[in-house]
Amino acid sequence: MIELIAFYTFAILIVTAFVIVVTSKNALYSMSALAGGMILISGIFFLLNADFLGAVQLIVYTGAVIALYAFAMIFFDSTKDIKESKSSKLIFVLTGFSSILLVLIMTVPLTIGDVTALYPIHENVGNAQDVGMVLFTKYLIPFEVAAVMLLVAMIGGIIMAGKKMDEGIAELREGSN
Amino acid sequence: MIGLEHYMILTTILFMIGLYGVVVRKNLLMLFFATEIMLNAVNIGLTAISNHYGDLTGQMFAFFIIAIAASEVAIGLGLLIIWFKRHGTIDLDSLQSMKG
Amino acid sequence: METLLYVALFAPLVSSLFAGIWGASPKQLFIGIITSGLIFSSFVSSVILFIHLFNGGETIHVMMMDWISAGDLSVPFGFVVDNVSVVMMLVVSLVSTIVHIYSMGYMEHDKGFNRFFSYLSAFVFSMMVLVMSDNFLGLFIGWEGVGLCSWLLIGFWFHKESATWAANEAFIMNRIADLGMLIGIFMIYWNLGSLQYDVVFATVSDLDIEIVTWIGIFLFIGAMGKSAQFPLHTWLADAMEGPTPVSALIHAATMVTAGVYLVIRSNELFSLIPDVGYFIASLGAFVAMFAATMALVNKDIKRVIAYSTLSQLGYMFVAAGLGAYWIALFHLVAHAFFKALLFLGAGNVMHAMDDELNIMKMGGMRKAMLGTAVLMLIASVALAGIYPFAGFFSKDKILEVAFDTHHYILWGTLWITAGLTAFYSFRIVMLVFFGSERYKDFGFHPHEAKSYVLWAMLPLAILAIIAGFFEHQFYEFVTGVLPTYEFSEETHHMVGQLILITTGIALTGIAIAVFSNMFKEGGISSKMQNTFIYKLFDNQWYIPKIYDEVFTKPYKELSEIFWKLDMKIVDASVDGIANSLYSTGEKTRGMQSGNLSYMLRWMVLGLTIFLVSAVAYTYSDVLLTLLQGVAK
Repeated sequence: MIELIAFYTFAILIVTAFVIVVTSKNALYSMSALAGGMILISGIFFLLNADFLGAVQLIVYTGAVIALYAFAMIFFDSTKDIKESKSSKLIFVLTGFSSILLVLIMTVPLTIGDVTALYPIHENVGNAQDVGMVLFTKYLIPFEVAAVMLLVAMIGGIIMAGKKMDEGIAELREGSN
Repeated sequence: MIGLEHYMILTTILFMIGLYGVVVRKNLLMLFFATEIMLNAVNIGLTAISNHYGDLTGQMFAFFIIAIAASEVAIGLGLLIIWFKRHGTIDLDSLQSMKG
Repeated sequence: METLLYVALFAPLVSSLFAGIWGASPKQLFIGIITSGLIFSSFVSSVILFIHLFNGGETIHVMMMDWISAGDLSVPFGFVVDNVSVVMMLVVSLVSTIVHIYSMGYMEHDKGFNRFFSYLSAFVFSMMVLVMSDNFLGLFIGWEGVGLCSWLLIGFWFHKESATWAANEAFIMNRIADLGMLIGIFMIYWNLGSLQYDVVFATVSDLDIEIVTWIGIFLFIGAMGKSAQFPLHTWLADAMEGPTPVSALIHAATMVTAGVYLVIRSNELFSLIPDVGYFIASLGAFVAMFAATMALVNKDIKRVIAYSTLSQLGYMFVAAGLGAYWIALFHLVAHAFFKALLFLGAGNVMHAMDDELNIMKMGGMRKAMLGTAVLMLIASVALAGIYPFAGFFSKDKILEVAFDTHHYILWGTLWITAGLTAFYSFRIVMLVFFGSERYKDFGFHPHEAKSYVLWAMLPLAILAIIAGFFEHQFYEFVTGVLPTYEFSEETHHMVGQLILITTGIALTGIAIAVFSNMFKEGGISSKMQNTFIYKLFDNQWYIPKIYDEVFTKPYKELSEIFWKLDMKIVDASVDGIANSLYSTGEKTRGMQSGNLSYMLRWMVLGLTIFLVSAVAYTYSDVLLTLLQGVAK
C-alpha cells in the first residue's frame, strides 16, 4: 500500500521535474529541477531495496555532480534567457517512438526467456553488505579502473578549468576578443 | 501491485524526456542536463530488473554508471569552460564553423 | 585483267582521299593535276578492258571479299565487267577526266579548290561502284554514294542558301525514290534468295508475274528519283546551283543516267512485264515533252540545258520501256558527250560573264569567244539530231522503235519534242552568241577561257560528231549481253520516210530559231510573255509551287508540332530527372551542416534504424509468427 503511494508520488514528481529541466528557458531553474529529480530518484532506489545505490545516488549525483554543475554555472551568464530552437511535432513524435523502441528491444528478451540470477541477493544480510561482498570480489578490477578514471578526470578538470586562475572572467574575455 | 512494468514505463518516460532534451536543446549546458536525465533513467531500469530477478548485477551496473557519469561531467564541464572563455557563448549554433 | 579492274575502280577513291588531305587548305594546283591524272588512269584501264572485251574476251568477274554473311543472306563485294558495264565505265571515266581538267580552269579562283576535287573524285568512285557491281546491294551502295556526292557538290558553295536548299531538295527527293528501290531489292531477295545479278536474272522468270510486276514498279520508282522523272523532277533544275563542272558530270552524263542503267541492267526482269515497260515509256515520253516546254521560255542558260537533259532522259526511258535496251544505252552514251559539252561551254560563257546566268544579258558573244561558240554549236546540232552528228542516229532509232511497236501517240509526242528540242537549243545559241551585243549595256567584259580548257573539251566535240558512225559496232558489242531488238518488216520499209520526217521537223525548229527576228533583238516579245501558256512554262507548270504548298508546308507544321512535343515531353523528363537529383542533393546537404543538434538527431534516427533491423533480423522467424498471430 505504502509502496503504491510512494511509487506514484515519486514518479509523478520526477517526471514533472525532468520536464522542467528539458523545457525551461532559465538555466537556474533547470538546474534546480535536476537536483530535485535526482533526489527523488534515490527515493525510487530505496523502494527497490537498493539501499546502497540510493545512498550513493544521493552523495555522488546530487551532492557532487549537481555541485559541479552549480560551480560551472558561475562561469556562464545565467541571467540571459536561453535561446531555443523551434521544435516541430515531428521531432517529439520521433524521439518518443525511438525511445519506446529502444526500451522494448532491451527488455522484451528478458521477459520472454527465463533468467537465472548471476549474483543472487542474499536476504539475510543487508544490501550494503551484499553489494560490498560482490563489489570487492567479483567486480574488483572494474572498481580499481573506475578509481583511476576518476583520478584522471579530476586532474583533467583541474587543468582545463584552472588555467589562468588568477585572472577574472571579464579580463579573459577581453583578452581573447 | 507495483510490478516490473511500472518501473519500466517510468524508465521509458524518463528516457524519452532525456532524448527529447538532447535533440532539442540549443544550449550546451542544457544538453548535459538532458544526458544526465537519460543516464538516471537507465539506472532506474537496471535496478528495477535486478530487484525483480533478485540479482545484484543490475545494481552493480548502475553503480558503475554513476561513477562514470561523475567523471564525464567533470571533463565535460572543463571543456565547456574553455570553449566559453574562447568564444563567449555556449550556444550550439556558434559551434558550427561549416557553412551549411 | 583483274588488276585493271581494280585500278579502274579504286583510282578515283585514291584520288578523292588524296585531295581530301588538303581539303581545308588553300588551293594547290598539283592536286588538280594529280586527281585528273588518276581519273585518266581509270579511263585508260577502262579502255584496255573495253578492247579486251571487244576482241572477244570473256567477262571479268571478281569477288573482292565477303561483305555480308548473316544467316541465309550472303552478299559478297563483287564486281563484273561485261559489255554493258564497260561501256558505262568508258563514258563515266572519259567525261570525268575531261571535267577534272576543265575544273582546274573553272575553279581557279575558288577557295574550295582542293575540296572540290576530293568530292568530284569521290563521285566518280561511287559511280564506278554502281556500274561495276555485280549485285543489287552493291548497286545500291553506289546509288547512295552518288546521291551523297551529288549533295556535297550541289551545295558546294554552302554559304549560299539557295545552294544548300537545292542540295537538300536533291538528296531528299532521291531518298524518297530510294525507298521504292529498297522495297524492290527486298522483294527480290525475299523471293529469290540472292541479290547477284546472274542468279536473279536466271530465276526471275520462275516467279509469279504479279510479284515481278511489283518488283519492276518499285525498282523503277528508284530510277525515277535518280533520273528525275515526273513527279520527282524538280530537283534537277534546282541542282544547277552547283558549279558548272558538277552539272556537266553529274547531271548530264553520269548520275542521272544511273536510273536508265538500272533499267537496262534489269532488262531480263522488265522483259517479263511489258505493261510496266509501256508505262515507263509513256512516262518517258511525257517527261520529254514536259521538259521541252519548260526549256522553251526559260532565261537561265543552265536551266535550259538541265531541262534538255530531262527531256533526253525521257527519250532513253521510252527506248528502255519499249524493250530496245541497246538503243537506250546508245542514246545514253551519245547524249553524255554532247550534253557534257554543252554544259562545259555554258560554264565558259558564265565564267566570261562573271557567273551571270541570264541569257537576256548576253548576245553576240561569238566575237569574244569563238572557240566556245563553235563547240557549243557542234553540241547543239548534235542535240537537235541532224545527220551526221551523233544525236541523229540515236534519236532516230528511238523514234523508229516507237513507231515499230505501234505506239503512235508516243511517236507523235517524241516527234514534236524533237522539233522543240531543236528550237530551244538553237534559241540558246542565237541569244548567246549571235545578235546584238547586249552585254555591253551591262558592263561585262567577256574573254575566252584558257586554252587547255578548250583542248579538254575538244575530245567531247569530236565524239559528238563521230560517235554515230559506230552504231553498228556498238550494236554488235552490246547485244552480247543485252537482248536485240528486231524491227518488223513494215518499219524496215518505212525507215527512209521516218528519217525524213524527223529530220524535217528538226530543221524546221532550227530555221524558226535562226531566221526569225526574235532572237536577234532579244527574245520572245513581251506580248507573248503575258499569255497564260508562257507563264505556265516559265513557272515550270507551277509544280514546285504545288509541292511547296501540298508537301513542304504541312510537313513543316507537323515537324514543328513534334518539336514542341519533344521539348515538352522528352526534354522535360530528362531535365526532370536531373533537377530531382540536384534538388535531392541540395536538401541532403543539410545533413552535413556541422550543427550539433542536427547531428544528434540523425544519430538517434540512425541508431533506431540499426537496432530495429538487427532485432528484426535476429528474431525474424519469431516476428513472423507473431505477425501472423496478430493478423488472424
